[in-house]
This record gives sequence, structure tokens and C-alpha cells, in this order.
Amino acid sequence: MADELLVVEGLKKHFPVTRGIIFQRQIDAVRAVDGVSFTINEGETLGVVGESGCGKSTMARCLLKLIEPTEGKIVFRGRDISKLSRREMRPLRREMMMVFQDPYASLNVRKRVGFIVAEALEVHGIATPAERKRRVQSLLEVVGLNPEHYNRFPHEFSGGQRQRIGIARALAINPTLIVCDEPVSALDVSVQAQILNLLKDLQKEFGLTYIFIAHDLNVVRHISDRVMVMYLGKPVELASRTELYTAPKHPYTGALLGAVPIPDPALGRLRQRVVLEGDVPNPINPPAACNFHPRCPRFHEGHCDVETPELRNVAGHAHTTACHYPLEKWPMTPQEIRYDRSRTAAVGS
Amino acid sequence: MTALLEVRDLRTQFQTEDGFVKAVDGVDFTVESGKTIGIVGESGCGKSVTCLTIMGLNERRNTTSSGEVLFNGEEILGASGSRLRSLRGKEIAMIFQDPMTSLNPVHTVGRQLVETVLLHNDISKAEARARAREALKEVGIPRAEQRVDDYPHQFSGGMRQRAMIAMAMINDPKLLIADEPTTALDVTTQAQILSLMQKLQEDHGTAIVMITHDLGVVAETAHEVVVMYAAKVVERGTVDAIFTAPQHPYTWGLLGSLPRLDAEIDRLAQIPGQPPSLLNPPRGCRFHPRCAYVMDVCREKVPELMGVSHDAAHEQACFLDEETKTREAARLFAATMAAGTSG
Repeated sequence: MADELLVVEGLKKHFPVTRGIIFQRQIDAVRAVDGVSFTINEGETLGVVGESGCGKSTMARCLLKLIEPTEGKIVFRGRDISKLSRREMRPLRREMMMVFQDPYASLNVRKRVGFIVAEALEVHGIATPAERKRRVQSLLEVVGLNPEHYNRFPHEFSGGQRQRIGIARALAINPTLIVCDEPVSALDVSVQAQILNLLKDLQKEFGLTYIFIAHDLNVVRHISDRVMVMYLGKPVELASRTELYTAPKHPYTGALLGAVPIPDPALGRLRQRVVLEGDVPNPINPPAACNFHPRCPRFHEGHCDVETPELRNVAGHAHTTACHYPLEKWPMTPQEIRYDRSRTAAVGS
Repeated sequence: MTALLEVRDLRTQFQTEDGFVKAVDGVDFTVESGKTIGIVGESGCGKSVTCLTIMGLNERRNTTSSGEVLFNGEEILGASGSRLRSLRGKEIAMIFQDPMTSLNPVHTVGRQLVETVLLHNDISKAEARARAREALKEVGIPRAEQRVDDYPHQFSGGMRQRAMIAMAMINDPKLLIADEPTTALDVTTQAQILSLMQKLQEDHGTAIVMITHDLGVVAETAHEVVVMYAAKVVERGTVDAIFTAPQHPYTWGLLGSLPRLDAEIDRLAQIPGQPPSLLNPPRGCRFHPRCAYVMDVCREKVPELMGVSHDAAHEQACFLDEETKTREAARLFAATMAAGTSG
């Protein structure tokens, strides 16, 4: 067993909803992240998928303590960092870096590339200015840019090249953990492939650990060792990528996989389509018990809307899901897709 | 069967401070009633401009277009403003990528639907409102009677796109142009919208031009595919031909660079470099600086769209001989198939 790098237990982030201008009182909370637990081993990639608004990005920001978590423990290399002050976090920041989604918004337009990449080195007081310059230039080469780009401004680069600058910046201080928040979703497919290959190569070369957040299931399958599926701030399934994609257990994972268009017309025609109805509910007032029950094809009245399913092992030692009635077969059978709700209700009662 | 829309040698260029940008450079395709044609390519390859030109929506001040756009046999490129206005929303409708910016935030959804109806039909307001309600019901908006008086911000992203589709379909157009209709949506919502569009197409016999960069969406919805690269069509054929026997190295690159849901591939086949600037495109074949099979002739001569010997409907623009292509396409296809069965 590899070393545990990061252990997260019961992480919660609730954003208060207030009323009143002078005397603000909290009337409710947006449960953006509502009880997430997982472990990442060193050198591993954990993919996090879910639809927009499911709390993936908020979770990532909590892990790096860019925002304070409301509750829960974040243990990094055996040390609980969830209660640390900003000053105490400083030395730990060398270990964790982030790559952001929008390469147009995440680079300072007024600074030169050399400064952007070297800033973290400067903040942590690493190396002399001359050494820093050499290091930045070699980093630019590592990520597939030209060392002569040192003195250019971000606007001189294309989207893919900017994302490479963002990656070079994240690598500058030799971190162990890099959180990638939708790093390729703003890029075209051919450039996306270049960046994904680069991330994989860098992981091999520097032994990096990634938390890779994306809404694109294809991309997550490609890059991850294990995958966590989130719905409304809660993890619903966590498994190795092969298990998750070939034998999903949670109906939501099944629906997500069934909704992804396959770039193969013959296979696409053969496939039974599961079209999930409705929209993601409001996280201020999530449905009772299992969050997914109003949209679930396997809903059992009197059970799913009363008792909250906990994450539990289903198949093998590392496949957990939070569902009372996990999928038995994959792909789902036509009966399972067109689950008759009234009939189920009668059986359930 | 006659074509509903015929585009021949369409060229559009924009005058900018830095010179002329040839955003569309000789594009041909035809669309038949009840069929879907998918236009794929990366950002900046001219797919959206092609459709804006068809609709006559480009800024007239700095745009010059040439070629032919025949809609039901009528030339509509450069038609008068009033003729185009009578076509838009009635015969040809369009859906845009971002439903939030294309709906008017200060009017109710119902009012925007009614406006579209009243513009093209001589009926009373009450009848128009009834039609608006029907349209919302048809696209699957729950409680359409009440929701018709909601403002766009009260709708979720998927519902807004449904409202956009309702607005486009309300006058029963013959042609629907959808410019990246699902790019801003989540996968589950995307699946809802795509199946809705397919259902509407079956019910109304509408022809759809689907512009997208997502090859998966094209594979599931289109009957025919046009692949564009740097303002030109590089390959065109039926959806099965494009995905099972692609003939152009750019199409190979696109298919190879796609992470697959149904397979575990160790390394993606990436296309090196960046798409070229259209201000100053490369000489000869525009793909040659990024092409792994580049020959001397590619740097000098511009390849024309040529037929593929065993498939009359399949055309491609590449100088590579057919033998090499068949071999390479088979190799590419074998790699994904092998990965598909093992993964």
C-alpha cells in the first residue's frame, strides 16, 4: 500500500444565506459541500466528476484552505491542517498548488510570464534571482514552451499555451499535490489532448499527485486512477476508474455515463439511452434523505426518501457507493431504465 | 429529392485593422429536408461564420461574402433586408450557444414567444399566447401555463435552452440552425436537449444544421458530417463513413485526440501545434504544418475536395494516395477497437 498523502473526513462547507442590511441574520445555508470523505495516496490521480453546482470546485478550494471549511478534517501527511492559521499554512503551501479552469482569467495580464511563473519561488524565498530565472526557463521547456517566452505577456499566447504557463507556475516550487480544477474544459479537443498528455508525463517525471476535477467523464476516465462522483455536495460513488466505468453501482453514475455521447455512430445506435429528467435541486433546500431520490429510476418510496444512504462497500474492497438499491447490471436493462414509479410505490408499501 | 439548402463556394471575409480575415473560404454543402448535417471543427475554423452568413447576420460594414446560398431554390445570399426578415424565424430559425445571453432578460419568456408568432402570423394576441403555451409544453417545460409568464432568470440553464428551442420551432420552420446548442450544458441536460431535438425533427420533418466541436454529439445526431479546418472543408461524408473510414489526417487527429468513455487508452494521439491564424494562413494545404504525412506537394498546392473511390458521397481534400489512407485509417480504427474490447 502506498503512503496516504491526504485524508479528508466529513468535509463540509456551508455558505450562509443572510437577510437584513445592518443586522444580518442567517436564515439558511447553501450546503455546497456536505460531508465528503476520501483518501489519496501519493502518486495517484483522483478524478472528481459531477454536474455544475455539485460542489466540486468548492471542495477543491477547501482542501487547499483557500476558503475555510465549515466542518471536517483535512489531514495532509498525517497532520490536520483544517484548523491551521494562514501563517501556519505558509510552509505547507509549497506542497500544494492549483491549476485553474480559465487560462484567460487566471494569469495576470500586466505581468510577464517570467514573473508569473517565478512568483511562488520569490514568495517562499527560494533561490537567488539568477537561479530563479534559470529555473523558470527550464520549467517553460518542461511544459513545452520556449525559454525565450520568458519576457512575454500572457496575451501573446493561445489558450493551450496559457494553460501550459499555468502548469509551469504550479510546478515551480516542486509541489507534491496539484489540484487541477477543470484544466482542459476551455480548450479545443486537439489542444486538450496535448495538455492531458503533458499532465500525465509530468506526473511520471515528478511523482505528482493530482486531484483532477472535471465535468467531462471521458477526460476523467483517461487521466484518473480512481474516480469520485459527486451530486449536490455529497459523494455518491467512489471506485477505481475501470470499475466505475464498466460496472457503475449508483443510478446517478449510470445516468451520467448513459448521457455521454459516444463518438461512434454504430455503438451509439445500439445503446439504450437513459435520459434523466428534471434539473439538479437547489442546494439550499436539498431533498430529504437520499438527495437523488426525486430523479432516480430506482426510487423506493418509504426507504429512499426516509433513510439517508451511507457510503458503503458494494463490490470488491475499494468500490463504495451511497445507494440502498445499487445497480446490479451494466448497461442497465430496459426495465430498469423505464422504472414504473407507481408500481414501485405499491411494492414498497 | 431536391435539397432544401444548397451552399456553393461560400466565402466570407472580414476587414480588420490587421488586414482581411478569410473566415470562410470556399465551403459547399447541401441539406435535405428531415436530415441533420453536423459541422465540426475547432474554435475559429469558420463554422459559426458559415451559419451567420447563411442567415445574413454578419455586420454589413466590414464583411464581404460571395458564393451561392440557395434556400428552396431561392438565392438568399445578399437578399434584401425585408426578404431575410420574412424568412428568419419563419422558414429558417436559429438556436444559439448561450441561452442566457440570447434571451431578453427584461421580457417574460411568453412575451418573447408571442412576438415571434405575431411577426409572421396574422392572428390575435390571445391565440398567439395559446400557441406560446403549446410550444413550451411541447418542449417539456413543466407547468407551462404558469411558466409562460416567468422571466428567463427564473429558468434553469436546460429550461432556457428548451425555451430557445420552443421559440425557434414555434413557426414550424423548414430549417433549424443550431450553433453549439449544448456546449454550455451539463451532460444529463445535454442528453435531454438532444433527444428533444430529435423528437421535434421526427414530428415536424425539420432539417437541422448542427454546429459543434463535440464529435460525440455529431456521431449521435447527424446523418451527414462536414469537417472544417481553417475556413475550409477538409472532409465530408455520411456519419458512418466519417467515423469508421475517415480519409483526412485532420479527421484522424480529431478522432485520435478524443479521450474515450468506452476504452482506456494510455496516451492520446495529439495533433502538434496550434490552428493557424486566418489572417495569414499557410501556403498549400492549411493543415500541412501540423500534418504527420506531409509531402512536398502539400506545401505548394491547395488540395481540392475529391471523391473517395468506393463511396460517392464521401469527399476529402488531401493529396495522400488512397492506399496509404486506407492503411492508416484501418490502423487508427484498429487501435480504438482493440482498446474498446479490452477496456
